Amino acid sequence: MNSIETNLSWWQVQPDVLWTDWLIYALLVVIAIFVNHARQHEHLRAPWRLISHRRLAMSSCIILLSFATVGLLDSIHFREAVEQRSDGSIRYANESVSLFDQIIAPLKNNTEKTYSAPFAVQLYSKENVESADGTMRRDYPRLEFGGAHLGDDPANRSQDIQARILTALWQAALLIVAMTALFALWRGKKCSQSFAQSLRSMWYGHGDIPWKTVIATLAFIIVLISLSLQLATVYHVFGTDKVGQDVFYLTLKSIRTGLVIGTLTTLVMLPFAIMLGIMAGYYRGWVDDVIQYTYTTLSSIPSVLLIVAAVLMIQVLIDNNPDAFSTLQQRADVKLLALCFILGITSWTGLCRLLRGESLKLREADYIQAAQSFGVSNFVIITRHILPNVMHIVLILVVIDFSGLVLAEAVLSYVGVGVDPSMISWGNMINGARLEMAREPIVWWSLMAAFIFMLMLVLTANLFADAVRDAFDPHLRSS
Amino acid sequence: MIAYILRRLMYAVPILIGVNLITFSLFFIVNTPENIARMQLGVKNVTPAAIEKWKINHGYDKPLLFNQNNEGMSAFTDTIFYEKSVRLFVFDFGSSDEGRDISYDIQQRMWPSLAIAIPSLIVGLLVNITLAMLLAFFRNTYIDISGVILGVLLMSISALFYIIGGQYIMSKLWHLVPISGYIEGVDGLKFLILPVVIAVVSGIGSGTRWYRTIFLEEINKDYVRTARAKGLSEINVLFSHVLRNAMIPILTGVVVIIPLLFMGSLLTESFFGIPGLGSYTIDAIHSQDFAVVRAMVFLGSVLYIIGLILTDISYTLVDPRIRLS
Repeated sequence: MNSIETNLSWWQVQPDVLWTDWLIYALLVVIAIFVNHARQHEHLRAPWRLISHRRLAMSSCIILLSFATVGLLDSIHFREAVEQRSDGSIRYANESVSLFDQIIAPLKNNTEKTYSAPFAVQLYSKENVESADGTMRRDYPRLEFGGAHLGDDPANRSQDIQARILTALWQAALLIVAMTALFALWRGKKCSQSFAQSLRSMWYGHGDIPWKTVIATLAFIIVLISLSLQLATVYHVFGTDKVGQDVFYLTLKSIRTGLVIGTLTTLVMLPFAIMLGIMAGYYRGWVDDVIQYTYTTLSSIPSVLLIVAAVLMIQVLIDNNPDAFSTLQQRADVKLLALCFILGITSWTGLCRLLRGESLKLREADYIQAAQSFGVSNFVIITRHILPNVMHIVLILVVIDFSGLVLAEAVLSYVGVGVDPSMISWGNMINGARLEMAREPIVWWSLMAAFIFMLMLVLTANLFADAVRDAFDPHLRSS
Repeated sequence: MIAYILRRLMYAVPILIGVNLITFSLFFIVNTPENIARMQLGVKNVTPAAIEKWKINHGYDKPLLFNQNNEGMSAFTDTIFYEKSVRLFVFDFGSSDEGRDISYDIQQRMWPSLAIAIPSLIVGLLVNITLAMLLAFFRNTYIDISGVILGVLLMSISALFYIIGGQYIMSKLWHLVPISGYIEGVDGLKFLILPVVIAVVSGIGSGTRWYRTIFLEEINKDYVRTARAKGLSEINVLFSHVLRNAMIPILTGVVVIIPLLFMGSLLTESFFGIPGLGSYTIDAIHSQDFAVVRAMVFLGSVLYIIGLILTDISYTLVDPRIRLS
C-alpha cells in the first residue's frame, strides 16, 4: 500500500452513529421538549418541585444523572483516523469507539494476560517465569500494567495506594469546597442574601431544596471520580477478567447497555401503548374489543417465554443474514435494538390497560362531553383533552419500568437470549464470572463490580420512581 | 355457577387461537423451516439434500397452510400448521427436534418443578404477609420507614446475585446443604432447602412492599375505625378485620400464578440443576430446539388463562358482594 504516515490530529474522525445512538438522541429531544413544556405550566412544575424537596429523591436523581452522563458520553461513536493515503484521503479504523472510550483509554488498553485480583501486581495463576539467571520456575508473573509504576519493587504497594487515596481525597475536598462556595454564591444572588447568610441557610436547611443532601451526594460522586483517577489509571481496581480486560472498564461500559435497555424499550413501546390504550377507552365498541383482545392474547403468553421465542427467531434471522452488517459492533447493536423492541412488545400491555381504564373515565367528564357537543373532532379531543390528562400515568410507569428492565437484561443474558455475547453488559459479566465460582480461591471481583454498579443504578431508579409516583399520583396501583 | 365457568372457558378459546397464531407466525413465517434446518445442521453440513432430509425427518417438509397436492379436508390437514400448531389444542406436543416425546418429558419433569415451586410459594406468602403486617402495625414509625427502604434495597438486587450469593454462603462457606442437584424421595429434601430459601428471600422485597400497601389501604377504611372505636385492641383489629379483608386482593394475586407453578422457574432450576420444566426450557433454548420452546409457550399461556379463570371463581367465593354475571 503506497501510503505515507503523517501526523493525524485527534479531531480527524468520522462520526459513526449506531441505531441505538439515533434513538438515544431522539429520546434526548423528547425529554428536552417535555422539560420545556413542563417549565411553562405551573400544574406540571408543582409535582417536580415536590420531588426536588425530598432528600432521597434528589440524591437518587443526581446519581441517576451521573449514570446518564456516562451513558451519553458512551453513545457518541466515531471512527478514528488510522492513516493518510497518498491522495490525501484518510483511512479510518473499522471499529468505532465512543467518546467515553477515549476518556477512559488507559483502562481500555491496559489488558493483562488473564485474571488478576483487584489492586494486584501479579497474575492470578502461576506460569513459567524466566528469572534473571535464565532458569525457569513456576511463579505468579508480574502484571504488565497493574502497578507498573512501582517498578521491580512491588513491596511498597500498600504505601503507594495509601498515598494515592490521600491525594485523591485532598483533591476532592478542594473541589467540594469550591463547589459548595459556588452553590452558596448562586443561591445568595437568587435570594439576595449575603454569602455567609446563604451558606448558613443551606446548612440549617432553610428553604425547600435539601442542599445538604445535594452537596453530600455530589461530594460522594466527586470522591469516587478522583479516587478512580488516582487509582484506576495505575491499578486494576476491580481486577481483570479471563482475557485480561479491566473489570472496572467493563462495568463502566455496561452502564450504556443497561440504560439503553431501560429507556429505549419504553421509548419504542410508548406510541403503541398510548395510542391503543386511549383509542380503546375513548371509542369503545368494536375498537375496544379488538384492542382488548390483542393485549389479552399477548399478555397471556408468559413474558419470559415470549421473549425467548422472539429473541431466538431474531437470532436466527440475523445469523442467516451476516452480510447486512459491516462490523460486529453494528450487528451487536442491531441485536440490542431488537431486544428493546421485543421487551417493548411484551411490556406495553400493562400501560395500555391502565390508559384504557383512565380514558373510559375521562370520556364521561363534563369538559369532554362539552367538547363533543360543540362538534370538536375526535382527534382533537384525544390530543388536547385526553392525552395531557393521562400523561402522569405514562410518566409514572416509564420510571417504574426502568429498573425492572435493567434487571431483566442481566437475567436474559444469563439465559442466553439477552444482548449479543460480544456486547459488554452486566448480564454477560455475571454469566462469565459465574463459571469461575468453582475456582479456589474464587474469582469474585467481576461479580462484585457488576453487583455494586447494578445495585446503585437500580436502587436509585427505584427510589426516584417512588418519589415520582408519590408526587404525581399516590393512589396509582401498579406492582 | 357452572354456566359461568363454561362461559369463561368459551372466552378463553379465541385467546388461545390468538396465542397459537402468534407462535405459528413466529416459528414458521418469520423463520422458515429452511432457516431452522440450516441452523441445526451447522454451516459446514448445509447442502440442499441435507436440508430436505432434515425437514422430512422432523416433519417440516409440508406446505405451511394449504396443501395443493391433496384434495378435500386433507388439503388443510396435511400441512405444517395443522400438524404442528392445531394439534397443540389437544395437548399433542409431538416430538422435539431431537426426537424425544415432548408430552412424556413434560409429565416427567413437572414434579421436580412443583417440588420447588409449591414450598416457595407457601413459605414466601407466610413470610411476606407476616412482615407486611408488622410494618403495618408499626406504620409511620422509624421501623416502618426503615423496613420500606430495606424492601426497596432488597428489590434492587438482581435474582442472579441472590442465587450466586446463596450458593456461595450456604454451600461453599458453611457446607450446610449441597450446592446443586436433585434426587427424588425423602433424601432429596436437602436439595430443596436452598432453592426454596433463595426463592423466598429474593421475593421478600417486592412481596412485603406490595402487601404493605394493601394493608395500609384497608387500615384507613371506616369499618376499621369503627372496630377501634368499639375498643378492640390493635392486634385484634389487624388480624380479624384488616387481614380478612385484605385477603381478597392477596388471593387474586396468588391464584393467578398457581397453575404457572407447573412451569417452574428458569433461573432457579438451571442454577441448581433441577430436572424440571424450567431447565427443560433453558436446555431447549441453548440447543435451539424450537419444538420444545413452542410447546412451552403454548402450555404457559394455557396455564395462565386457567389461572385467570380460577381467579374469577375464587373472587366470587371469598367476596359475597360480587355476583356472577
